[in-house]
Amino acid sequence: MIEVENLTKNFGAKYAVNDLSFTVKPGEVLGFLGPNGAGKSTTMRMITGFITPSSGDAKVCGHSIIDEPYLAKAKIGYLPESAPLYNDMTVVGFLKFCADVRNLSGSAKKEAVERAIETCFLQNVAKQSIDTLSKGYRHRTCLAQSLLHDPDVLILDEPTDGLDPNQKHEVRQLIKRLGQTKTILFSTHILEEVDASCTRAVIVDRGRIVADGTPDELKKQMPSGSLHDLFRQLTTHDSAHSAA
Amino acid sequence: MKHIWTILKRELVSYFTQPTAYAIILIFLVISLFFNFAFGSFMLAGDANLEWSFLFWHPWLYMLLAPAVSMKLWSDEQRNGTLELLGTFPIPPWTAIIGKYLAAATVWLLALVLTFPLIITVNYLGEPDNWRIFSGYLGSYLTCCVFLAITMLVSACTRDQVVCLIVSVAVCTFMVICGYEAAIRELAKFRLDFLLEALTALGVWDHFRSLTRGLFRYQDMVWFGSIIITCLLGTSAILSAKRA
Repeated sequence: MIEVENLTKNFGAKYAVNDLSFTVKPGEVLGFLGPNGAGKSTTMRMITGFITPSSGDAKVCGHSIIDEPYLAKAKIGYLPESAPLYNDMTVVGFLKFCADVRNLSGSAKKEAVERAIETCFLQNVAKQSIDTLSKGYRHRTCLAQSLLHDPDVLILDEPTDGLDPNQKHEVRQLIKRLGQTKTILFSTHILEEVDASCTRAVIVDRGRIVADGTPDELKKQMPSGSLHDLFRQLTTHDSAHSAA
Repeated sequence: MKHIWTILKRELVSYFTQPTAYAIILIFLVISLFFNFAFGSFMLAGDANLEWSFLFWHPWLYMLLAPAVSMKLWSDEQRNGTLELLGTFPIPPWTAIIGKYLAAATVWLLALVLTFPLIITVNYLGEPDNWRIFSGYLGSYLTCCVFLAITMLVSACTRDQVVCLIVSVAVCTFMVICGYEAAIRELAKFRLDFLLEALTALGVWDHFRSLTRGLFRYQDMVWFGSIIITCLLGTSAILSAKRA
């Protein structure tokens, strides 16, 4: 379970995230939508403990990311936006390293690595050096490290970015499948993914929540019944402002 | 401790799967032995304790080569984005700092160990004081460790390895030159005693030379230890500030 309470991040006078509060329950897949610069990645980085909030708190499975950061982080599997990896390692070497960091050892480590490789379809490249991988495989390798320790909470920053249509379909199916037992928060630009994978969606604009509900509830807010129209209506102000 | 070992292992794999460590160790061995025989007059001087013929050249080599080993430690993490991954793992930041530092120090320990034929040679040819040789090697290694720590601090400030290398070499060169006898003699002409004392204390030679002479002085250990610890704490502070 993720509980975000009045989370705020400001860089001087500029507020990247402004008093954001929401909850994601177990078995829920929350789509985090918003235009570029809306504060999606900053929010995710605060929930995962990478950056410190200016104020507010986020609790992961009851553990505050500020007061009990290591307990909270142990419950999270995180896929950062650019899917960063150590290019000088092989896929299996990288996953073993991540398993060590996650305190997995012996047969548990071996099984976790094998399971992650299988889940993310990495069998063909398991022994390949990461710097020789295509973008799709890099993304899936980073996704595999987030699943290694079978976390209760998954936070995925644009998990389908840069993937081909087949890979996108596989990842969406995977998110849907994992969402049955885990708490998932994922950000995306692609509104079709809300229908394909999410049980609920939140639209953020300039660091604030501007819409929250199930995909059907959100669509009903527009006469056209289109999520695209709702997204444009709620966030074009930001784009116009940026353009000006 | 387990996590320090995990990070140390990863960094060592990284050093030795790339040509970096091999190249630097080889260059160090070739140049230090060349200086030993060509300029140190090893065979003529009868310097069985290796003080002038061999160890004297080490700070000069370290000021150029030590930064090349540790320049990547944090610059690379920032450039590749893996700092975000590392920052969301459930491990304290200091374990990563120490693990990385020890990996760079291990590469240089190996480089020094590989000069063992010289110790065998002086023992075969003469009757050296092996404790004094050990003390000299300790002085050499601690000087190298100081330069590695300075470079690590600089690497936390920038994501550009070239900038890190240039700045680190400049700082290390300053520390080598400012305490060197010829430089001190020139500065003495200005009759600025306080500046002379400050530069001598800051420079490596006073502390390095006492160990190569076989003297274990308390103040030298404090000098080496305090610079290394300050740089590691500074690295931690800079990385924390970047995430704030």
